[in-house]
Amino acid sequence: MSASFPSDSVGLVTPQTATFESPLALACGKTLERFELVFETYGTLNAERSNAVLICHALSGHHHAAGYHSATDRKPGWWDAYIGPGKAIDTNRFFVISLNNLGGCHGSTGPASVNPATGHPWGPTFPVMTVADWVHSQARLADRLGIERFAAVVGGSLGGMQAMQWSIAYPERVANVATIAATPRLSAQNIAFNEVARQAIRSDPDFFVGWYAEREAIPKLGLKLARMIGHITYLSEHSMGSRFGRDLRSDQLNFGYDVEFQVESYLRHQGDTFSTSFDANTYLLMTKALDYFDPAGEHGGDLAAALAPVECPYLVISFTTDWRFAPARSQELVTALVRAGKRVSYVNVDSSHGHDAFLLPNEQYESVFSSFMQRIDGDLERGHRQKGATR
Amino acid sequence: MRADLELIYDWIAPDTHVLDLGCGDGTLLAALARDKQVTGYGLEIDPDGIASCLRQGVSVLEQNLDDGLGNFDDDACDLVIMTQALQALRRPDIMLDEMLRVAPECIIAFPNFAYWKHRLHLSLRGRMPVSRSLPHAWYDTPNIHLSTFKDFAGLCRQKGVTIVDEAVGSANHEGHWSSRRWPNLFGETAIFRVRRGI
Repeated sequence: MSASFPSDSVGLVTPQTATFESPLALACGKTLERFELVFETYGTLNAERSNAVLICHALSGHHHAAGYHSATDRKPGWWDAYIGPGKAIDTNRFFVISLNNLGGCHGSTGPASVNPATGHPWGPTFPVMTVADWVHSQARLADRLGIERFAAVVGGSLGGMQAMQWSIAYPERVANVATIAATPRLSAQNIAFNEVARQAIRSDPDFFVGWYAEREAIPKLGLKLARMIGHITYLSEHSMGSRFGRDLRSDQLNFGYDVEFQVESYLRHQGDTFSTSFDANTYLLMTKALDYFDPAGEHGGDLAAALAPVECPYLVISFTTDWRFAPARSQELVTALVRAGKRVSYVNVDSSHGHDAFLLPNEQYESVFSSFMQRIDGDLERGHRQKGATR
Repeated sequence: MRADLELIYDWIAPDTHVLDLGCGDGTLLAALARDKQVTGYGLEIDPDGIASCLRQGVSVLEQNLDDGLGNFDDDACDLVIMTQALQALRRPDIMLDEMLRVAPECIIAFPNFAYWKHRLHLSLRGRMPVSRSLPHAWYDTPNIHLSTFKDFAGLCRQKGVTIVDEAVGSANHEGHWSSRRWPNLFGETAIFRVRRGI
């Protein structure tokens, strides 16, 4: 069966579920008494349990980062371009773990799950999660899998924030961090876009203040609008222009409000697909987690002070045309790391694809990312040889 | 290692925190980290150089030197190194100020335009010198501010910068009495170690 998948693919993968029965205290003050995390793994954990790489997902991401769930899948996981045999995160060398975060809608405990206290779905009463909460839950998963220290924690966008948080909250458990197209805090403009998306969902008549599942309704219109707004911020003006320009679907203007321009058609399609595959309460929660993330906040705005606990080297990557989390935001992080005396490398990758570039194939990005991961692999090799020699 | 890098390597004390401007493939920083526990960062814009740094575990930042060193605090490092980049900068004089703001001491290596072969090239052929240390044609060279051993010493004097050490090198490790005696004439590469103030 594997013959039908590309040779540099991890092939067929099966998600697993880990159940945690001990309570998890959350930043909001509430506690999750029990929870489940859905995850996938690729590659093999070595005998020293030192080659694990944690993948953290972005706003609408999930655990399915690489490979295929069935032979008939049209598309592989969301980061298949960078995870697989011989790829930047080489599954011949690393044991890769990718999970769906708490509050998600792809199998981990979230708003659609049943609240054990009531016997009904959590719905809008599911606690608002923070990046720090996620990292604590991920540490539980690492414990479960017997991983004391990750060779690397890696993530793009919101995933990059989780990687940052790992290095602050569990410095001794992370050997390397890569944050890609991320930011140490959202700008007012970022929060504004999130708020418009939230209002789109919340003002949908089918939202029922979050109890839509009980009413057997889906706030599709709201989710669609939220996604359309979000999607504009993921692309660059240039990539939209070169892809759609002012192209019309028919060869004349109709002087009406149906779809006329190709870009309208594209956005509506993106919105429609998303509105039937993503949960509204999860979307609200994920955007809040983005808005709240601000490690410098607890240190009077001093990011370098917030990063003081960091022990590991960082790789920071931004993309030239990303205006959602612009290169300047990554540079803020780099400057703070330098100021804090931490090891950090930074590359601003030339791409026309805006924020979405972190998901797409790109030669320079691939080269930078691979080189960083090869060094980590080399460190592991050397570590094992030295251990062997002292034995 | 390149001859000028080897000399600089010897000049750097263990445990120094350095900034290497135009660190190339990271050879010097990697060797210093391995043998002398030197820490710090390299700045580079060449993608192949950056990838090579990453593979060796050298902390490298993609940063154009002409944009300045504004992201580094005063006295952020013990030492700033710059090899074969001075002549390609828009304002080498401002960079020297910046370097001595970020660290009390700098090591700077650049091609000496007054090297006898360059003089000969210009005087006999009447054309811009092309040599192993200056391999470009006049129209596509990145070297927009060529200077001589004496020129740089003059700039240091003018700025009140102390020259702690000076040396000349050639591209292939040859040391000769003539270059020590008449560095401006026989030195192919000029190397200065300078200190803030007098």
